[in-house]
Amino acid sequence: MNKIKKITALIIFGFLGLQYTFIAQAQESQKDNTKIQTNNNSKNKTTMNKAIKFEFQALPYSYDALEPYIDKLTVEIHYSKHYKAYYNNFLIAIKDTEMESMNIKEIFRNISKYPMAARNNSGGYFNHTFYWESMKAKGGGLPTGKLSKAIIKTFNSFDEFKKQFSDAGKTRFGSGWAWLSLDDKGNLFVCSTPNQDNPLMDIAEKKGNPLLTMDVWEHAYYLKYQNKRADYIDAFWNVVNWDEVAKRYENALKSLSTK
Amino acid sequence: MKFELPKLPYDLNQLEPVITAKTFEFHYGKHHQAYVNNLNNLVPGTKFENATLETIIKESDGGIFNNAAQIWNHTFYFMSFAPNAGGEPKGKLAELITRDFGSFAEFKDKFAKAATTLFGSGWAWLVINKEGKLEITQESNAGCPLKHGLKPLLTIDVWEHAYYIDYQNRRPDYIAAFWNIVDWKVIEERL
Ligand SMILES: [Fe+2]
Ligand SMILES: [Fe+2]
Repeated sequence: MNKIKKITALIIFGFLGLQYTFIAQAQESQKDNTKIQTNNNSKNKTTMNKAIKFEFQALPYSYDALEPYIDKLTVEIHYSKHYKAYYNNFLIAIKDTEMESMNIKEIFRNISKYPMAARNNSGGYFNHTFYWESMKAKGGGLPTGKLSKAIIKTFNSFDEFKKQFSDAGKTRFGSGWAWLSLDDKGNLFVCSTPNQDNPLMDIAEKKGNPLLTMDVWEHAYYLKYQNKRADYIDAFWNVVNWDEVAKRYENALKSLSTK
Repeated sequence: MKFELPKLPYDLNQLEPVITAKTFEFHYGKHHQAYVNNLNNLVPGTKFENATLETIIKESDGGIFNNAAQIWNHTFYFMSFAPNAGGEPKGKLAELITRDFGSFAEFKDKFAKAATTLFGSGWAWLVINKEGKLEITQESNAGCPLKHGLKPLLTIDVWEHAYYIDYQNRRPDYIAAFWNIVDWKVIEERL
């Protein structure tokens, strides 16, 4: 069960010579838990009521928290440079478009209508946010409860699920992501997406609600693992935040039953 | 026919600081080598058993294409370099660049832009198109201009593995440095 999440964050950042101030405040984590509502202190008051503000998500742990599986420098550059660039470019891509007043899942459901810059950067923003929250220090182990049962029912065993998810990451040629998702019939499935696409996008081969993701762009592992993507994938299982994945599973099931 | 990793005409530390020996150790020694090994494992028993790399690139798809094209692309890329190179092209190539891009500086800008904006993994290319004009193109992943009947002259690898050890997220810095190792004599011979 998701409770009321209170976040008071003041983030001041500058780009293109403009200063925006975002105050993210008390927000209810709802079915669509990617929708972020904030007050907006920017000079442009006219769009204030319409605009949904998207948050540069604080990393839920320190840069070195995932050591030795994912090293400090990798997390630092990945978060503060790559993720930040996607976030900034996402805001630029949606500026003065109808996307500004949509939540991220609505944007994904219509992504084929929008320019590639919107597709690449909305995905880059969301996928990374989702990835950071898919991991934690001293993570790993096994999922429990309902999620565990569903995984075993779908894949026969946890090991078989791990193998399929790992293979999705290993065989993704070029840059992309591996996913565990829930489809609209309530079935779990594993897939991979190229570049910054994800299963929420209308262009996805197989659509669903994501539960777990793994970044297999080379920047996610190159400093520590270089060409050995498979070693990064093996290590990834030690940092998976199964509590978060279970919570997402519950929320995805709930949103199915209310459809 | 067994495909082999080509010998390079320079030592792996000779292009420093533009590309470090450590990057070569992985890019050439591991990635390039892996594409060679993979292709040698994939072709036996297929119609490509005795085919040249170029034929495979033109006629295959899927895993065979990816590995064949990546062997060809990497060889073409690594063979474009020399220590103490850079500068500007001369002769015929310089004329064509001025004719089709206005100036060498404009060509460099356009090529760098293609390399910077290629999203994800891939390559930027200078090619001669079917009308005999110079053109800049982008290819994702293992994409190769030979597949489209274009004649490649110059390429830059913008897979992250090409620059991540030396430049991390700073792809534009890698692209700016790249010009210092391009051997224009080699590129002109490709005309
Ligand atoms: Fe990433
Ligand atoms: Fe490469």
